[in-house]
Amino acid sequence: MSLQQLMFSLFAVMIMVFSILTITSRRILRAATFLLFVLISTAGLYFWLNYEFLAGVQVALYAGGIVVIIIFSILLTHHINHRFEKPGLGNLIAGIGVGVLGAVISISTILTYNFSTKTPEPIVNDVKAIGNQLVSTGHNGYALPFEVISILLLAALIGAIVVAKKSDTEPETESK
Amino acid sequence: MFFTGVAGFIIRRNLITILMSVELMLNAVNINFVAFNRYLFPDQMQGHFFSLFIVAIAAAEAAVAIALIINIYRRFNSIEVDHVDEMKY
Repeated sequence: MSLQQLMFSLFAVMIMVFSILTITSRRILRAATFLLFVLISTAGLYFWLNYEFLAGVQVALYAGGIVVIIIFSILLTHHINHRFEKPGLGNLIAGIGVGVLGAVISISTILTYNFSTKTPEPIVNDVKAIGNQLVSTGHNGYALPFEVISILLLAALIGAIVVAKKSDTEPETESK
Repeated sequence: MFFTGVAGFIIRRNLITILMSVELMLNAVNINFVAFNRYLFPDQMQGHFFSLFIVAIAAAEAAVAIALIINIYRRFNSIEVDHVDEMKY
């Protein structure tokens, strides 16, 4: 097995193990830590594929931003030592059934499909090319999705602030 | 990884772990896009850009979800999905 395949299988095994541990662990802070490891292994996979910019963005945004915000909200809304009780049997069967069935269908579809092996000439994929294409408006330009995403981020930010701010007119649950 | 996220989404009852399963699903789709871009179409960059946009959108969506979760906690004092049942028939 060549080194390429070895590294890919190492990353893939790490991702699979940690993701299964994330959804089945009984303590919530451990689930958040396993999610962090999944995201870092995914960034490792992107580095191995020579997509450095995407790997950097993944580490900075996902592993550094979203996991931090998840841990933040865990500390705000939960008792840390509270262990989960086991989920109900119906939920467990449905979840595992859907997961296994979907995985079998998609893996069998992928393995029996003839991917075309003629590879066109690869282009350079560094940050300069990404920056050029991101703001260009010609063919294969991505200026419009870029602007739309910035508006979406603004809307999400305003929405999050409006939803989470404490308003004095809504009825409080504890008696005043 | 995608179906691990789906199974976790159905099994879990805590809202924050449901959010974690959604992040797993988004990450799996991201890896798929990047792999297709790299191995089937190395001369175009659409998969790469789509992955960047997915990361940005996932970050925004996680922020809004956390705001909603905090509001639910203030109202019901719990974040299990079984306890949020005021609008149930």
